[in-house]
Amino acid sequence: MSAGIDLDDVCCDFGKFRAVDHVNVNIQPGEFFSFLGPSGCGKTTILRMISGFTEPTEGAVRIGGKDMRGQRPNQRPTALIFQNLALFPLMPIWENIAFGLEVRGVDKAKRRARAEELLALVDLHDSADKMVSQLSGGQKQRVAIARALAVEPSVMLLDEPLSALDLKLRQHMRAELRAIQKRTGVTFVYITHDQGEALAMSDRVGVMSQGRLQQVANPRDIYNNPVNGFVASFVGENNILKGDVQNVADGMASFATAIGTFRARLPGAAGKLYVRPEHMVLQAMPGAENSVPVTLTEVAFEGNFISVHAVTENGTNLVAELRNDGSASIPAAGSQMHMAFDARNSSILPDSATAGG
Amino acid sequence: MQNNRRLLGHLYMALFLIYLLVPLAVMSGAAFNASKLPTVIPWKGWTDQWFIALYNDNRIWTAFGNTLLVAIAVVVIAVPVGTAGAILVNSISGRVRAILYGMMVAPILVPGVVIGISTLLFWHQFSVGSGLHLSVLGQVSYIASFVTLLVLARLQSFDQGLEEAALDLGASHGQVMRRILLPHLYPALGAGAAVSFFQSIENFNVTLFTRGGADTLTVYVFSKVRSGITPTINALALLLIMVTLVLAVWYEVNRRRNARIEAIREAEGRRAEDAELVAT
Amino acid sequence: MNDLLRRYGTGLTWTFIGLTFFWLVILVILPDFKLLESSFRPYLPVVDVGGPKDVYSLNNYGQIFGNEVDFSFFGLHFMLAARVKVFVLTIFYSGVVTLITFILAYPLSFYLAKVVSPKSLPTLFLLLFVPLWVSEVLRSFAWYIILTLKGPLNAALMALGIISKEIRWIDGYSPVVVTLVYTYVLFMLFPLYNAMQSLDSNQIEAADDLGAPWWRIHWRVILPHAKPGIASGAVMVFMLSAGSLLVPAIINSTTGNWFTQTIQGIMLEGQDWNAGAAFAFMLLLFCTITVSLAMRVFRVKLSDIAK
Repeated sequence: MSAGIDLDDVCCDFGKFRAVDHVNVNIQPGEFFSFLGPSGCGKTTILRMISGFTEPTEGAVRIGGKDMRGQRPNQRPTALIFQNLALFPLMPIWENIAFGLEVRGVDKAKRRARAEELLALVDLHDSADKMVSQLSGGQKQRVAIARALAVEPSVMLLDEPLSALDLKLRQHMRAELRAIQKRTGVTFVYITHDQGEALAMSDRVGVMSQGRLQQVANPRDIYNNPVNGFVASFVGENNILKGDVQNVADGMASFATAIGTFRARLPGAAGKLYVRPEHMVLQAMPGAENSVPVTLTEVAFEGNFISVHAVTENGTNLVAELRNDGSASIPAAGSQMHMAFDARNSSILPDSATAGG
Repeated sequence: MQNNRRLLGHLYMALFLIYLLVPLAVMSGAAFNASKLPTVIPWKGWTDQWFIALYNDNRIWTAFGNTLLVAIAVVVIAVPVGTAGAILVNSISGRVRAILYGMMVAPILVPGVVIGISTLLFWHQFSVGSGLHLSVLGQVSYIASFVTLLVLARLQSFDQGLEEAALDLGASHGQVMRRILLPHLYPALGAGAAVSFFQSIENFNVTLFTRGGADTLTVYVFSKVRSGITPTINALALLLIMVTLVLAVWYEVNRRRNARIEAIREAEGRRAEDAELVAT
Repeated sequence: MNDLLRRYGTGLTWTFIGLTFFWLVILVILPDFKLLESSFRPYLPVVDVGGPKDVYSLNNYGQIFGNEVDFSFFGLHFMLAARVKVFVLTIFYSGVVTLITFILAYPLSFYLAKVVSPKSLPTLFLLLFVPLWVSEVLRSFAWYIILTLKGPLNAALMALGIISKEIRWIDGYSPVVVTLVYTYVLFMLFPLYNAMQSLDSNQIEAADDLGAPWWRIHWRVILPHAKPGIASGAVMVFMLSAGSLLVPAIINSTTGNWFTQTIQGIMLEGQDWNAGAAFAFMLLLFCTITVSLAMRVFRVKLSDIAK
């Protein structure tokens, strides 16, 4: 049965360096939760605090409601999938998987049977007696998952498990991991720097930067309604314009920039204007509002979308992304067109959270 | 020009090997010579009388037995002690580590006479008399260093993540040691045991001063060498050389077999990787 | 300390510390202190130990002096205490042994590190190792057989017509040097090999390509890189030679005495443990100083001297 995790105002210091800064989050039982952020943002430290290899300097880590302070890793109901997998090279696969059972005193026949069950669960048949060196990267990945599941943890912790795999395999494994999570119902805490991964797999995502949680929300909200510039920039692409806010009304505001005044959403504090390239529309005639005349500098066909780079009269660069649905003709570089966007698809956002978003 | 030098290299290697092995051959040859003194010149005819004499010589066998006892005791003590030292040093860093490491390696360089005399003096003040037990203690003091070096080298290739993974899965520290760390160290422990064993057998300096009245092989040969020695010693030497050769061959065969198996496994892993890239 | 406890748990950590303590303190450090301490005390019958006659002094060290004999060294003649002479000659010839082992081992280690194909290496090493496993006493004894007046070496040389009368090999310091070289040459070979192995072959090829003759390549590229190996090999061989007792005891005649034999004489025949302790300590001190100096000159650390 899975458990929820509560991080209550958790801080972690290494000497003078604060790796995790007042993080508060409640992860629900059975949830697939990802911590997303660049290297050094503190997500690995959080994982090690949940698993017990590091203790928080302040605050409490609770699993299933119980405070975990003082509990060593081998006493906690968590199972960790290491980044380099840490499979035991001197044991055959089934012993790797059954190791957690072995240390709990389960007898050999039962262990072996359970290992075979789990191998079937992760779709790795006939591998029980092989050695680790005989497997491919993806297969080793699945053994690591089976090994963790064997101890029936309340929480599974995954440390960027897919980063060593190449692209196509990664996408395949994403679906697999999600399927396994749904099948077993265990709480998954996943850390990654790959936003595509986090968005595709998670129920909710926690975006982190420099030890602070910037935003916790489901993937659609993270992408469509970022609370600050960091989240907006880290997850997806943006056109970013500096300017001043005028005339605030009903959550919308006028934003005066060097290339014109635009109407945009203002969800919170003032800052810069963010418009995603896929929300930019390219048209021959100027639009009703939020329209800018541009000259196209570069048109790149990238497979399933076309990226269009343009420049305004005063030299500001803008990017639009057009879907390649085969119908519309591809504009040529050098042509004069207008770029426009719907005000509801834009946001004025502060840079980053000073205190948790 | 390159080829000439290669040839020269091969020749030198061959000569060097001959240089190393000829004295052993001479030594063994003397075991068959029907001469009262151990020698190959003059050759007085083939005989196996010295092997028979060896079989009957009680004093040699007592000495040999003592030597084995001491060697086994040394292995039993030095291997755990040296391993403990290596694990300890490996887990520390900074100046303490450097100092500790220096202390562990230094005994190898200390002259055996110093070890022997210091051991003798130290234990005598507690009224512990001379004897084979003192020889064991004296030998362990420097033989453990060899074990430490071997185990430390092996520890470098150990992934600490494996210990963490095992702990995370619920293992106690004892279980981690037994099932994860020690299996990785087995080759080094085996090598350490072998080195300890052979180093102990051939030790002389420490043993001479600490043994009290008991004989070990080295001391026995030494005491007889200049006075009334017969080729029974050569017969014993030949036997020991044969045993060494058998062990060496067995070790080599085993090593080759294991290397082959590992290579096959890794090839299979690579094939699986390639198959995976195509399949997805 | 905390890291240790965290990694291994209380029980195991204390076991490791306990075993190491037993080894380093009880088997090494305390006995050496006792050695040092005893060297300053006179040799007394049991009843007098701890009594008024048991005073600290340098008397035992003084025993090295006295009994002057003639000492000729490369043409210089002077009078030196007999034991001091033995000490000096022991150190000198240990150095000779070190030099000879270096000359012998260097070409071979280069051959092993650079010329031989890596597949044959384990087998070759095994072949080289086998003599090492045969006991030192037996190997010394083998040389005794070879070098005796009527032994195979003389017989072979005479048969080849190189000499007309048997040479008394077992005289002076030559047999000890020869046998020590044989016994310890592998201790020079392996560190040298290790050091050379880490040298990138491309560097040698680059030098060759730039037109350097083979001796210059060695002198300017290979030797400097092998320095730590040379230093550790030299230290090992020197210490082992100076401290060797078995080899000189078996192969020496009375005209060549090794300092360790002097110590043996005092300890076992004279039963003067305190003087023996003093002499042993002198040997230790001298060797340590020599080694430290060598390490400083060659800029090598103790950590490089490992097999």
